[in-house]
Amino acid sequence: MALKGLDIFKLSPKKNCKECGSPTCMAFSMKVAQGTVSIDACPYFSEDAKTAMREAAAPPMKTIKVGTGDQQYVLGGETVLFRHEKTFVNKTRYAVALCSSMDDAVIEEKLAAIEKVDYDRIGERMFVEMVYVNYDPKSGAVKYMELVKKAAGLNRVLILGVEDPEVARTALDLCKDSKPILNGANASNYEEMNAVAAGAGVALGVSGENDSELYDTLAALEKLGNKNLLFNANTDSIKAAYATTVQYRRAAIKDNDRTCGYPSIVNVAKLARGDNHLQAALLAAFTMKYGSILVADHLDYAEALPLYGIRQNVFTDPQKPMKVEPGIYPINGGDENAICLTTVDFALTYFVVSGELERSGVPCNLIVNDAGGLSVLTSWAAGKFSSSSIAKFFEEQDIAGKIKCRKLCIPGKVAALKGELEAKMPDWEIIVAPKEAVQLVKFLKDMQ
Amino acid sequence: MPFTAKSGKFNASIRSLTIGIGDKAITLGGECVLPFYSFDAAIENAPKVGIEITDCGMAAEPESVQKYYEGCTSVTDMAKRAAEFDGVDFLSLRLEGGDPNGLNKSIEELIRIVKDVAAAVDLPLVVCGCKSEKKDEELLSKAAEVLNGKNALLLAAKEENYKTVGAAGLACKQVVGAESSVDINLAKQLNVLLTQSGVDPQAIAMNIGSAAAGYGFEYVISTMDRIKAAALSQGDAALQMPIITPVACEVWSVKEVIASESDIPEWGSAKERGIDMEVETATAVLFSGSDAVILKHPESVATISKLIKELV
Ligand code: SF4
Repeated sequence: MALKGLDIFKLSPKKNCKECGSPTCMAFSMKVAQGTVSIDACPYFSEDAKTAMREAAAPPMKTIKVGTGDQQYVLGGETVLFRHEKTFVNKTRYAVALCSSMDDAVIEEKLAAIEKVDYDRIGERMFVEMVYVNYDPKSGAVKYMELVKKAAGLNRVLILGVEDPEVARTALDLCKDSKPILNGANASNYEEMNAVAAGAGVALGVSGENDSELYDTLAALEKLGNKNLLFNANTDSIKAAYATTVQYRRAAIKDNDRTCGYPSIVNVAKLARGDNHLQAALLAAFTMKYGSILVADHLDYAEALPLYGIRQNVFTDPQKPMKVEPGIYPINGGDENAICLTTVDFALTYFVVSGELERSGVPCNLIVNDAGGLSVLTSWAAGKFSSSSIAKFFEEQDIAGKIKCRKLCIPGKVAALKGELEAKMPDWEIIVAPKEAVQLVKFLKDMQ
Repeated sequence: MPFTAKSGKFNASIRSLTIGIGDKAITLGGECVLPFYSFDAAIENAPKVGIEITDCGMAAEPESVQKYYEGCTSVTDMAKRAAEFDGVDFLSLRLEGGDPNGLNKSIEELIRIVKDVAAAVDLPLVVCGCKSEKKDEELLSKAAEVLNGKNALLLAAKEENYKTVGAAGLACKQVVGAESSVDINLAKQLNVLLTQSGVDPQAIAMNIGSAAAGYGFEYVISTMDRIKAAALSQGDAALQMPIITPVACEVWSVKEVIASESDIPEWGSAKERGIDMEVETATAVLFSGSDAVILKHPESVATISKLIKELV
């Protein structure tokens, strides 16, 4: 929430010297509030006043950056509670947990498993972005440092789960340049942990016995000048964890309580207590409602495929439809002699149609047009999926040069285009496919 | 200064709706908070989990589901078995064999199955039609007749057939499911039309449409978010009906689930992929505001039931 003109005026030098170009400090303050001039136009505003203003104008939820280079992630920074109000900006990230109490064989296995899930979904790389490295005091610091080194080899963002400031310092000496997260501040150690985190220039994760103690510790750290923070959702129960993520997010965004406005870490591995399907459910749940980093025991394809799909859906811009790259998509091993079907580049249409085509088992080529990412009927109505646009696209992409088959199926919903297409693309036999994608399987099989 | 969260309890609430009769009857809705916001106010009725079987019996089920029904020789056998699974609150019988573009079974044949299943189990029943709105008019009307006194849910009345299906529900005192396709305005319009045609708003559940996780699911989330906002924060009575979402029929046909282990070996177990797709989609649907979900795999049912118990 930005400051009002009067609030700014209260902080102003009240010299009325006109150097800023405004007749009075009051007039200047009004303009700053409207955003038409910058506060820097006045040379006399104190630094403290400027900082106070900047903070008041900052969004209610902090944006925290972790990691470096191509492994840098931005967390938090959300401005709304529901995606239809405005786009959610910073995606939930997933971590897999390792612990120094695990024996070497298990650790090797887990490290290998983390790398296994890595694929592309509508232009987005889907993989485990973070590794949670938990410190077990009984296994000792030496073993922990070895584990940190091993985990660092994966080139993912590390989250160091350590509550011992000395161990934390040593571990950070090994990896602080990659900007890991130090997750280990609580009511009894926060001062020392703050010094360690600030010294290494990394974000600090905070926990509490309950949401009130957590709040007090966050407030105390803010008082020490640290706002590079994350908080841990309560792990006593699923209910308690959900209460933290929802209530903190709501307090930050609706009630402007900035102490709650940090990204969250939810340890779903702990909450699921070894139940794999329950873990899958929790990953989906906290992706929907306000988890910034979710720590899982493991993440295999079965869990990842729906999860990354949900994340892509939750964080997509409600104004901008998801698009797939226009071009030729061979399906079921379709080669240059396989039948062609054409549709639009709206991601949902592509998914549904390609899914049905795969189900048919019939080799074919799906030719995805550039239709502005709209659905068949919408793009047709907008003139972006017409006989001319299809003919032009075929020409530009040299489809006829790449594919020998001259049978082209068009969506049943735009059956009206058949005649025009036959005129514009005389070499092609235009076939009207069914209106609904589910009927494609039967349609293709019948045609064979 | 301790953390004191402001309550997000609303003055309005979702209507309570009972399905089934006797001890096993279930009540959907009644809440005056957003999904699982039990910290704002107690949640009147926990969301419910249904299990789905179809008139096509074992043949229509994925391999990993068939195992649970081993030895069943009829749809009735399967219904009895399904009723025993952990976490099952109600039974959904999908009459997909009636699809004129599929097996096109006769209405008589399907109604016989409905009757047998209803006689065999005492769980609340949901009867889902075939894919044809036209055929559903007669199919669901006949189902309403033979289920007289069972307080079953007819899924669904759609824009094309709401008059007939609504009238059948009204005449035989069944609950009417109003099905729209992921659009708040269409959902509201159908509720209004059904109410105007004489159906008691207290006897309507909404199926606002769904999608599998990753398949345009953002529309499902936003439609449900907006429906709950209209119902609870603006007190829109035409959207205060509880939501029931059939998840099974969306998820078991997507590529991530049906791809064979030999086709994409790195994806691993097909069984696990099926369950996780169903579990994650169901979770996302519940966290968006659904008051009931319909699932297929007994392990999904048990997981979602456990999740709900932990949250309410
Ligand atoms: S330059 Fe600063 S002190 Fe001078 S009138 Fe403008 S706002 Fe006031």
